[in-house]
Amino acid sequence: MSENSDRSPLPNPLPQAGEGAAVSPACDALKKTRIATCSLAGCFGCHMSFLDIDERLFGLIELVEFDRSPLTDIKHCGPCDIGLVEGGVCNAENVHVLKEFRKNCKVLVAIGACAINGGVPAMRNNIDLWDCFQEVYCYEGGLECGQIPNDPELPLPFDKVHPIYEVVKVDYFLPGCPPSGDAIWNFLTDLLSGREPKLDYEMLHFD
Amino acid sequence: MSKTITIDGLAVPFQEGQTIMDAALVSGVYIPHLCHNPEFKPHGSCKLCTVNVNGRNVASCTMPAVEGQQVLSDIAELNADRLALTQMLFVEGNHLCPACEKTGNCQLQAVAYYLGMMSPHYNHFYPQREADASHPDVMLDRNRCIYCELCVRASREVDGKNVFGLSGRGIKTLLVVNSASGLLGDTDLAVTDKAAHVCPTGAILIKRHGYAVPIGQRVFDHITIKEVQTGGSDE
Repeated sequence: MSENSDRSPLPNPLPQAGEGAAVSPACDALKKTRIATCSLAGCFGCHMSFLDIDERLFGLIELVEFDRSPLTDIKHCGPCDIGLVEGGVCNAENVHVLKEFRKNCKVLVAIGACAINGGVPAMRNNIDLWDCFQEVYCYEGGLECGQIPNDPELPLPFDKVHPIYEVVKVDYFLPGCPPSGDAIWNFLTDLLSGREPKLDYEMLHFD
Repeated sequence: MSKTITIDGLAVPFQEGQTIMDAALVSGVYIPHLCHNPEFKPHGSCKLCTVNVNGRNVASCTMPAVEGQQVLSDIAELNADRLALTQMLFVEGNHLCPACEKTGNCQLQAVAYYLGMMSPHYNHFYPQREADASHPDVMLDRNRCIYCELCVRASREVDGKNVFGLSGRGIKTLLVVNSASGLLGDTDLAVTDKAAHVCPTGAILIKRHGYAVPIGQRVFDHITIKEVQTGGSDE
């Protein structure tokens, strides 16, 4: 699945996450794989598809624990084994989150069309950003009383949306809009079993 | 006694005047290709069908078959080249499959599936390209054009109309239409023309038919382009 599988996932493997110092070496074999997930310029559709693994979540939770993800509401990603990133990069905050994931995750996975080529948000790449804002906020049917929101807490938008691999190194790609629950399950079980993830023909799709 | 060439160790018969691609397609041997369509004169531009013939890499759609040729096609090195070429086609245009009516029926996408393309790998150009909705029945979206010239060839050779052409060179190449206004609606293109139906991607689409077949039930959703193009289908 990785197009660069000759490269190791990370130059400097990070310490194991999880129970940390509280776990004795004898318990190491039972240590769960720590997973973080986030959605950048995405629609959380890939996260919804992840939930489509349904009752297999119970089996999964025996093997993994979650760091930052919508399931935990942890705000910052700590040291993890696997990071699943949905969505492309459309603003400054996306870059900070993405770099934090890359720094903390031994294996970083781009999940879904937006993380891989910008996806539907990248359809604005050929429209001037100011024109885009005016269309959304100022013209008929706009929001915010005809004003363009400019609160300093709002992240700085980029003029173009980019896939995450144009910003950080990505170890694996899982295409689809979204990838099916089965594809995500197959991918994760391969990865957790130490196999090179491989998708069947019908599970590999870009739409 | 027919003449033969060898493709990946398999003896493939050919008739005088056939190309390597012609012979391969007749025998059900798949060589990935995008700009080639057996109904038209070969173009030789996408280079996806590059094979190794007696030690030299050549485009199989334009290379005449010659008795005794030893052809290598389905080998790791050439498939890696084909993957790289396909990835370059993806980043050079604006190929956003979830937002395209052609998804599932698109040959560019199907070749990417066949080659196991997990990402476009290269940095995206996100080029500025124009769509043209002026024609009542046919949509032209240059974002998805890969410059295979199949519409150009179909319009000239089959329709006898000369509606399409390529203008400019290199990265500035552009699909243009033959009308004073530059709009498709001002040409004599008819929805029944061959040129309106040969696009391998979603650059030329017939209006109001986009979702007649739902996503998930389309040509390449379940079978590979290899099976489609060598299995007797007319796609």
